[in-house]
Amino acid sequence: MNLDELYQEVILDHSKNPRNKTELENFTHEAKGHNPLCGDQISIQIIMKGEEISDVKFTGAGCAISTASASILTEAIKGKSKNEIEKIFENFHNLVTGNKTEEDLGKLTIFEGVQKYPVRIKCATLSWHALMAAINGEKETSTE
Amino acid sequence: MPLSDIKSDFPTLNQKINDNDLIYLDNAATTQKPISVINAVSDYYKKTNSNIHRGVHTLSQEATEKYENARKKIAKFINSNEKEIIFVRGATEAINLVANSYVRPLLKPKDQIIITEMEHHANIVPWQIVCNEKEAELKILPINKKGELVINELEKLINEKTKFMAINHVSNSLGTVNNIRKIVEIAHKHNVRILIDGAQAVQHIPVDVKKIDADFYCFSGHKIYAPTGIGVLYGKKNLLEEMPPYQGGGDMIKSVTFEKTIYNDVPNKFEAGTPNISGAIGLGTAIDYILEIGIENIAKHEAELLNYASEKIRKIDGVDIIGNAKDKASVLSFTIENIHPHDIGTIMDSQGVAIRAGNHCTQPIMDFYSIPATARASFAIYNDKTDVDKLISSVRKTIEVFR
Ligand SMILES: Cc1ncc(COP(=O)(O)O)c(C=O)c1O
Repeated sequence: MNLDELYQEVILDHSKNPRNKTELENFTHEAKGHNPLCGDQISIQIIMKGEEISDVKFTGAGCAISTASASILTEAIKGKSKNEIEKIFENFHNLVTGNKTEEDLGKLTIFEGVQKYPVRIKCATLSWHALMAAINGEKETSTE
Repeated sequence: MPLSDIKSDFPTLNQKINDNDLIYLDNAATTQKPISVINAVSDYYKKTNSNIHRGVHTLSQEATEKYENARKKIAKFINSNEKEIIFVRGATEAINLVANSYVRPLLKPKDQIIITEMEHHANIVPWQIVCNEKEAELKILPINKKGELVINELEKLINEKTKFMAINHVSNSLGTVNNIRKIVEIAHKHNVRILIDGAQAVQHIPVDVKKIDADFYCFSGHKIYAPTGIGVLYGKKNLLEEMPPYQGGGDMIKSVTFEKTIYNDVPNKFEAGTPNISGAIGLGTAIDYILEIGIENIAKHEAELLNYASEKIRKIDGVDIIGNAKDKASVLSFTIENIHPHDIGTIMDSQGVAIRAGNHCTQPIMDFYSIPATARASFAIYNDKTDVDKLISSVRKTIEVFR
């Protein structure tokens, strides 16, 4: 097992210095994601203008993988439409679960290593589940 | 038996995990099984398999004898009488049994049950359920920063409304060994009955239920080198006799008509249906194994290991031990600054070191220390200093990954 595949430089960097980790003023939607297995909690706040997510921030506490994933998520989806985000999440989910992805995921591909660590898949997808819940007007979601 | 030979008795320990020798340090979750226990279970299915208490044929008699023999061994192991030993699925079921059959009929609105801040969820939730149903209150005996019970507070908590107490002997996430005799004494002074959850005690320290004067005492087989799905509830005979059954079915009755059913005597009254026969036999064999080594020797060996590990880990920058009670057994919970326990667990696993990361089913303890989780190494008879050295080097490796 090669640890470096999981704990890539970029992932470590984002876990130590997470981007957009703060409360968002004037958010329109927010949802909390909870992983009961390890207690990780990530909240996502977004500003949705029509179909477009014009801004996104996150707060919460989690492991390196869930923190880095949330941080990179905020960079990857800002300015994207609801439909585009659904596509990205589907692809991202396929990536971390070891299934075929249809489009190039850009920076998100650094999470490819997660597929070798099945118990960590939920860490990588926690913030995504919270984001989808927020977009769909739900308040809370759980990985279980 | 010299302790150095013990590893070879446990087949699971002899394997590679991620190209490294397995170092198994998740014993508080469950222990590995010695070959004698594995053989006892498989021999039972190869040679004896039959239902108990209900056959005149030879195999059924043999199965019954083995099952009841296991009960005798357990009774002797904790210094009780075989009539006071009830086979259950594990500590969880034992606690639920007492909550339902002893405590529920007793409770009135505004009555109180006392548990502690360091309980496993298994010793919290069953009490919450009966309290909710009966509009009774759950009172919590607090812990201090070292992870010890603040026993002085007990005299303030306990009063005429207190109907029952439940507390663990040894904490699964802090390792604290509680002063059970003192606590039982206080409870009894106020005429309050008490259950001791010994799920983390019997495998590490000598337990004498008579000396403790516990009203109920329970543990799980799988944490004491026996199979999963078998456990023990000890109860004082007079209490067990006055309790209504927990479940109804075969074996727990003397006679059944549609008008009236006469229940069997204890302990059978509490063992409805076909029990986990092979599990009980396995548990009896596990106790033989422990007695062969000697529980005093086990306690001494594990205490040495825990001290050795604690001293070494304490020297590492950024590492904090969670749980620093004066009297501890087996468990070393720790955090590393800026590294989440989940990541610690994954990185250690890549070195073959199996520890647990999480809240260990003790969320209130995590809240008390304001941490989401800990990493936990827990020791058993087969662990040695080499295992500890491997633990320490993989803690260092974890810190390196995140540097
Ligand atoms: C202190 C304590 N009590 C109760 C339990 C529950 O045991 P089981 O899941 O075997 O019923 C455990 C197991 O982790 C424990 O450590």
